[in-house]
Amino acid sequence: MSDTFDDLRDLYQEVILDHGRNPRRGRRLAAFDATAKGDNPMCGDRVQVFLKYGPDGAIADTGFEARGCAISVASADLMAETVTGRSQQDARALFAAFRELARTGRCPACDGALAEALERLQPLAGVHEYPSRVKCATLPWHALIAALDGAQEASSE
Amino acid sequence: MDSLPPPPLDVARVRADFPILAQKIRGKPLVFLDSAASAQKPRAVIEAMRAAMETQYANVHRGLHWMSERTTDAYEAARDAVAALMNARERNEVVFVRNSTEAINLVAYSYGALLRPGQAVLISGMEHHSNLVPWQLLRDRHGIELRVAPVTDAGELNWPAFENALADGKVGLVAITHMSNVLGTYTPVERIVRAAHAVGAKVLLDGSQAIVHRKVDVQALDCDFYAWTGHKLYGPTGIGVLWARRELLEAMPPFLGGGEMISSVTYARSTWAAVPHKFEAGTPAIIEGIGLKAAIEYVQALGYEAIAAHERALTEHALARLSDIEGLRILGAAQDRGGVVSFALAGAHAHDVATLLDRQGIAVRAGHHCAEPLMHRFGLESTARASFGIYTTREEIDVLADTLVRVREFFA
Repeated sequence: MSDTFDDLRDLYQEVILDHGRNPRRGRRLAAFDATAKGDNPMCGDRVQVFLKYGPDGAIADTGFEARGCAISVASADLMAETVTGRSQQDARALFAAFRELARTGRCPACDGALAEALERLQPLAGVHEYPSRVKCATLPWHALIAALDGAQEASSE
Repeated sequence: MDSLPPPPLDVARVRADFPILAQKIRGKPLVFLDSAASAQKPRAVIEAMRAAMETQYANVHRGLHWMSERTTDAYEAARDAVAALMNARERNEVVFVRNSTEAINLVAYSYGALLRPGQAVLISGMEHHSNLVPWQLLRDRHGIELRVAPVTDAGELNWPAFENALADGKVGLVAITHMSNVLGTYTPVERIVRAAHAVGAKVLLDGSQAIVHRKVDVQALDCDFYAWTGHKLYGPTGIGVLWARRELLEAMPPFLGGGEMISSVTYARSTWAAVPHKFEAGTPAIIEGIGLKAAIEYVQALGYEAIAAHERALTEHALARLSDIEGLRILGAAQDRGGVVSFALAGAHAHDVATLLDRQGIAVRAGHHCAEPLMHRFGLESTARASFGIYTTREEIDVLADTLVRVREFFA
């Protein structure tokens, strides 16, 4: 592989290329309690998130269907991975921390209680240097929050 | 004498006229392959606009003072330049608008008001949203039918289907692109006009792309409306043109109301100014009009024949180089096509492709190109698109092709 795109390795880390190509949770759940769509009309990216809640209200399972670039699909997959098994409150806190990470590259919450989950999302921090791509990374999270809120469509940023 | 080919375009000299092309992007020379979205501006345009603001600027058509008279003359000279460029019968057939979108909305609103409920508007399956959504609005407001003539797998108008859509005589207006912004296809406009007129339908051509690459002669085309925008023809944003036959403009009700477009106003009623001013409410884009005139003069000095030959050579080269890349699919294979090539790369989303190209200083468009139904027709959500202009070089296309090979490896 040539070095032509070396400086893009921050954006397209191996984990992103891998999850973009082979998303682990890129499927519609057979049974779900909440679902919402996110849509970026500017570029045509579209994602639908499915959530199954446990008896305690925590997120027991997460799936998604996405149509979009490597970054949006990888972000949806890493999101699904990190929120599964967590409380709804934690998922919302992760969204806030991730949005900050994607927009600014900074992660004040990374030393806190959610450090481990945020570590998993860290490969996406590179998008902050590509303003036109930040929405690719955050779109699935907006759909997740909409699903948690009981809405059908994510309101776009 | 008229058998002599035009002198070829001196691309190095053209490039020297465009200050922005000297820029480097992240240390790499800018390879600007997004002219179909908006073209760069030659110094002549920039200077004309600057000079207007520095030496002769006031509002037009209303001042009785020297500055206003001079500015009015300069602005109206732009109308003459447009009329000459398009070979309009008369200058009053040239209406200045903001862009093609506004031109088409004007026709949809004002000519649309003359259509009777039950009549139909016929468009093609390769329209930009700007020549689709205004007709949907008219349909929902006015009870007309909207028909779509499909495109073939080669990205050309499906002629039998087009003729069939005209057959029942209900179509009052055909609104169709002159050149597709996605496929590069030129539509057979003379044939379209003949077929439409034969059943009593008027024809609007969306010339946003075509007028950049080809000489447009509205009398030879025999069309009824022709819409285009200045910023794709190396002119400024904020100014576009609707050309229409005078008798149609006179029959149509106004689009926007306000100053400029009236003859007299009382609380009971107002009467309208003569065309084209009836359709030019409010202070127009004065500086932009002056810039547009400079752009037209610049293009005419190069000559459409030389421009067309240059872009034909570039397009052939691009099609040859890109079709050699494994996994790359080019949209459309029209016989008659202009300097626009849309493509999809297997295993790589168009936005990722565009981001990687951008890192090498190469600017392409990625997305649905404001033509979602056409994308779906070809089973795609988005493509990348390289488009060429008078300043595009063969070497830039080689840079694109070489880089795309590496993009493919990156995502393999």
